Amino acid sequence: MNSSLLFFVLLGLTLFSYWFGVQRSLKVAGGAEHKKELTSLPQQFGLLTAMVCGLPALITLLIFNSAEQIIVEQLLISTLPANIQSLSSVDIGLYLNNIHAMASSESATNLLQGSGISSDNYVQTQYQAAFTLQELNQQASWLKTALVLIIACVSVTVLVRKFSLTYQARQKSESIILALLVASSAVAILTTIGIIISVLFESIHFFKSVSPVEFMFGTQWSPQTAMRVDQVGGSGSFGAIPLFAGTMLITFIAMLLAVPVGLMIAIYLSQYASAKLRAFAKPMLEILAGIPTVVYGFFAALTVAPVIRNFGESLGLSVASESALAAGLVMGTMIIPFVSSLSEDAISAVPNSLKEASFGMGATKSETVLKVLLPAALPGIVGAILLAVSRAIGETMIVVMAAGMAANLTANPLDSVTTVTVQIVTLLTGDQEFDSPKTLAAFALGLMLFITTLGLNVLALKVVRKYREQYD
Amino acid sequence: MNAITSAKQEQVNVTTKASLSQIELTETVGNIYADDAKMSIRNANVYYGDKQAIDNISLDLAKNQVTALIGPSGCGKSTFLRCLNRMNDTIDICKITGQFTLDDEDIYAKSLDPVLLRARVGMVFQKPNPFPKSIYENVAYGARIHGLINNKAELDEIVETSLQKAGLFNEVKDRLNDPGTGLSGGQQQRLCIARTIAVSPEVILMDEPASALDPIATAIIEELIDELKEKYTIAIVTHSMQQAARVSQHTAYFHMGKLVEMGKTEDIFTRPSHKLTENYITGRFG
Repeated sequence: MNSSLLFFVLLGLTLFSYWFGVQRSLKVAGGAEHKKELTSLPQQFGLLTAMVCGLPALITLLIFNSAEQIIVEQLLISTLPANIQSLSSVDIGLYLNNIHAMASSESATNLLQGSGISSDNYVQTQYQAAFTLQELNQQASWLKTALVLIIACVSVTVLVRKFSLTYQARQKSESIILALLVASSAVAILTTIGIIISVLFESIHFFKSVSPVEFMFGTQWSPQTAMRVDQVGGSGSFGAIPLFAGTMLITFIAMLLAVPVGLMIAIYLSQYASAKLRAFAKPMLEILAGIPTVVYGFFAALTVAPVIRNFGESLGLSVASESALAAGLVMGTMIIPFVSSLSEDAISAVPNSLKEASFGMGATKSETVLKVLLPAALPGIVGAILLAVSRAIGETMIVVMAAGMAANLTANPLDSVTTVTVQIVTLLTGDQEFDSPKTLAAFALGLMLFITTLGLNVLALKVVRKYREQYD
Repeated sequence: MNAITSAKQEQVNVTTKASLSQIELTETVGNIYADDAKMSIRNANVYYGDKQAIDNISLDLAKNQVTALIGPSGCGKSTFLRCLNRMNDTIDICKITGQFTLDDEDIYAKSLDPVLLRARVGMVFQKPNPFPKSIYENVAYGARIHGLINNKAELDEIVETSLQKAGLFNEVKDRLNDPGTGLSGGQQQRLCIARTIAVSPEVILMDEPASALDPIATAIIEELIDELKEKYTIAIVTHSMQQAARVSQHTAYFHMGKLVEMGKTEDIFTRPSHKLTENYITGRFG
């Protein structure tokens, strides 16, 4: 039985155990009319039985599946002739790949025939090995099916024997559910830690060839390293300052547009707009956030950038065709719904009693918004802005298309700049060696980006905590 | 307006709960007029959408006296109170008809700005709702938005006198910069009263100001109401009959959107004319 079929069988068995658990508990109670005598509800007995049936078996299945491949290969290698076993690990890997291909494409009888008729000793061994592999796989599959089903049945039987009038089925099933909840949050946390660790190690690797001081404080970015010793040009300089400056410039321009516009939209929608208009306008705004960023990207590159350049030239300014301004403005537009939607939620969450108190003292609507609602909603608004900032810093597609690749260290929004994310993309696209400083630089940039956003978040949390106006 | 209508006695002989709701109300009994009326309401009707919440109510609020509005839940007393400073304007589906005057001036006139009205007719709410600002800023808020002050010294003066009038100053004078939400429930409610007084209103509307407070805090608030009536005209909605009897000079009994009976508090509580009022204040209904 293959794994997916086994999984569905197990699912069916779990559903059956639910019913079985309910029936058994009713039997223990002495019929449905006596179910009040049980300390837990029959459904809770059923739930516990289902979980005890499904979970250990499922875990076994997962562990078996991940270990199966390795064990089968080890067994296979041990059957191979000594001259092949003595090959290097890379060569054995290639050899095994061949055998896997043969085993999955040919039927068992063909393989047996092949090993019989072939005169070449090498080919004969291969046919034999492929046949062994098929057999091993089959045995593993049987073993897996038997193991999973036996575990499911045995655990249910053991559990059901323990059922009594005072059996605490509810408490037990709740603690299993609690363990599941803990496991789920552990998955998220462990993933984050895993990503950080992998980025960290690659960065350490990078910092062995480029000094961290040069990376963090250098103002030259030109990551072309020589591939051969005698190659001319591409000395490679890895000063990340221009990239971060570019990122900050574009983010700043984007926030300059998104924060005021988003906040005003939030105030209008939450305080002034009629219910009808709000019901229409809010989803429309959120569509803005649903547009793929690549669409924004060519909108920025093909529409906004030329308009800005033409306008700048009519004023006698020299504007790069890929300007930070164009990328920033389009990114700001993309971010508006983040700010407006979250801020509106924050403003609407301010208790109505505060609004009434302000009105009751003769405050106008605008005074109420400015002096009562906005301060009370500040933590939510700062949170919204922060989310928007991290979104802007991490945004890639728009800047790849609209901001350009030139690592200029400039504060002029009409110049072309590049960002951290753009450089990561260019460093890693195409055929690359994975141990040259050029590629590893991407990990170092990623680490710096991560530290920057983390720092921003911590800072904002502090700000919010200090200035938050507490309402209950 | 100073004429006094004789109480119209209705022939009501029913006492059971079932038949109470069948009593047809025709006209308010007792005396709705005040000798010196600060606010006068005539033929007020309030509709929420199709539902009529207030049905043809007329009464006066006597100047520098406390008028208590009592009645079972949902009888429209809070709705009525909120009409007196146009707080119901913020509710879209609310429609109000009738004549409402403050010092003989129509408060629903087109030319009248509700914002200015609310500075003259202040409101204290059921649940203490101080702004999430410091105690000082809470009281200073109204004075600031109405531009009542020219400098910091004047503002300090207003904050101090308002807190003193609300009987809170001695308790908070050392921590004026602490958040107002950190005070106890009773102190918060007195802070809200101080905040209302700071705008120098003429009328103060109180919507069950003590219902969320413990008996000691309630007693302090009631004492305060008694002192405040020297300077302000007060209308108070309350669920507590004892409170109405203790603090008010006039009492109006509301029932299902109608004003059943109104008169001097001691008359209402000792010699109610209407059977519904009698049942309510004796605890047989409501």
